[in-house]
Amino acid sequence: MADATETEEPVVVDEARSALLEAITADLGDALVGSHLLPGKDLWIRVSSESWGSTASYLRSKQQFRFFNFLSAIDWLPSPFGRSHGSSVDVALGNEDEAEVETTLGSGYAGGETRFQVLARVHSLTTNMGITVKADFPEDSLSVGTWINDYPGANWHEREAAEMFGVHFAGHPNLTALYLPSAFEGHPLRKDFPLLSRMVKPWPGIVDVEAMPEIEQSATADSSASTENPES
Amino acid sequence: MTAISDRRQLAYIAAQAADARVNIELEAEGMTLNIGPQHPATHGTLRIVARLDGEQVVEANPIMGYMHRGYEKLAEVRTYPQVTALINRIDWLGSFANEVPFILASEQLMGIEAPERAQHIRTILFEMARIANVTLFLGDMGVQLGAVTPIFYAFRDREHILNQIESATGGRFHPNFDRIGGLKDDLPAGWIDETKRSLKEIRKFCDQMEDLIIGNEIFQARTRNIGVIPADIALSYGMSGANLRASGVDWDLRRDSPVGLAYDKVDWKVWTHTDGDSFARYWVRLQETRESCKIVEQLLDTIPSGPIMAKVPRIIKVPAGEAFIETENPLGVMGYYVVSQGGLEPFRVKIRSASFSNMSISPWLLKGAYVPDVITILASLYFILGDIDR
Repeated sequence: MADATETEEPVVVDEARSALLEAITADLGDALVGSHLLPGKDLWIRVSSESWGSTASYLRSKQQFRFFNFLSAIDWLPSPFGRSHGSSVDVALGNEDEAEVETTLGSGYAGGETRFQVLARVHSLTTNMGITVKADFPEDSLSVGTWINDYPGANWHEREAAEMFGVHFAGHPNLTALYLPSAFEGHPLRKDFPLLSRMVKPWPGIVDVEAMPEIEQSATADSSASTENPES
Repeated sequence: MTAISDRRQLAYIAAQAADARVNIELEAEGMTLNIGPQHPATHGTLRIVARLDGEQVVEANPIMGYMHRGYEKLAEVRTYPQVTALINRIDWLGSFANEVPFILASEQLMGIEAPERAQHIRTILFEMARIANVTLFLGDMGVQLGAVTPIFYAFRDREHILNQIESATGGRFHPNFDRIGGLKDDLPAGWIDETKRSLKEIRKFCDQMEDLIIGNEIFQARTRNIGVIPADIALSYGMSGANLRASGVDWDLRRDSPVGLAYDKVDWKVWTHTDGDSFARYWVRLQETRESCKIVEQLLDTIPSGPIMAKVPRIIKVPAGEAFIETENPLGVMGYYVVSQGGLEPFRVKIRSASFSNMSISPWLLKGAYVPDVITILASLYFILGDIDR
């Protein structure tokens, strides 16, 4: 079907995304604080917290992003429990002093300064492109504007993000819990909310399966290769 | 933290009882009707509290969370290959389709691509998951209207497809077969001919459903002009899949962005309907099942030779970055937003599931509907609770 376009597609899409980014940069002005373009794949923009609500109406009416894909949040705090598969020290087993728990906040594409970020994705059917929009949650209020006036589908997504991350969407008419029981305490998707099953039973680590004798040669070659990153 | 002390436990129980009391409170204007959580129309445990005025729904409020399993949190403490075992359980009728977008997103982050043969077989299994999923809907919609026979035909004929999925992957419902960089195994001998035979059964089933259900006068009377969704509203609510195409939007990710799948190598058609009512949603799904059979048949004839796995390190470490990949799943657009910080496990996985957005239109859609139509409208939206609650 799309045989003819397939070979040229990456170049065409890339141009379209650059043009889109230019248009957005020109229209949003100071409200746009960061962007990231992955040629032929995807586009990320970051707007200031105050302009989060108005970005929705801009994207929907001016840029024809009609399809609402999803809205959620990210907690950039590194896990305070140090119990990642790669870590050598296990905090929950009483090694709190030895553990070097990282405390610097991470940030993804298009940057970010705060612990919590809101992100949403919309899609345009006319250009067949999607765009991911991010904004920082202000540290003091953890509140940004709502999107439901422009995308009514954001209603449940905002309720979910609010209960899972303990954030607030100003102007949402009914920001009650969507999934959790009403007496539930805490915000499960925050990084400092412990996953109890992992607390009571430690992670056994990567179990290295012993290689079959005849393929041992190639297996050792593989595992030595795996210690380094294939892409770097 | 969850409630631990006795007092907290009591407060928790009291709050749950308060939640449950909603359905017995009668109001001055009209009554409140509780539908669910156990109801045959809901494919799981969904509860809808509807305020009625006579026979008409004034306000409908779905209450979810009975099946919330917290996959987004669980994925953060599992390695990338382990996550697929979880996400198989999101839409449990078309499990293989759940794995594909996550694997594709991980592959994009790692900068690898599955060999052509693996992409081909992925597409075949993806479409077979769709057939297995939608076949059940085609029969189940009859049950919601009082026609009990079609569902038995659906279960009977879905079995052909499930057997083929089982013989290729080892799992009837949860294949867990997709791997970063390719597939777990190659196809077994004789599988292609056997699959073609089972597709013939599905085509026969589609013809049967066209006679039994689409041509049925009662079915038409109960679904035509019921639950009409205009295209623009459907889009702003994030509806997708056959629900969206039944509202006249000609958008199918299989055709419009076939990332890592072989849809662009076959000849097929995207079906749309302009009515946007319950009937249109059934009709579009029936045509799409036929179209899926067509896709699989063509792909079975053209499987390229070659390896089924790309060169992937044994311990998968994904470089830092973010990726969002969405595919056209049986229930609609499903996507995974994967954030990696260079570790063995994802830093954050946001699961964009189709039914969640498809159902979010229900308060708007059910307003003004008659009580018996609530059931047909919900059935025609076709959601799976695992796909809403995740």
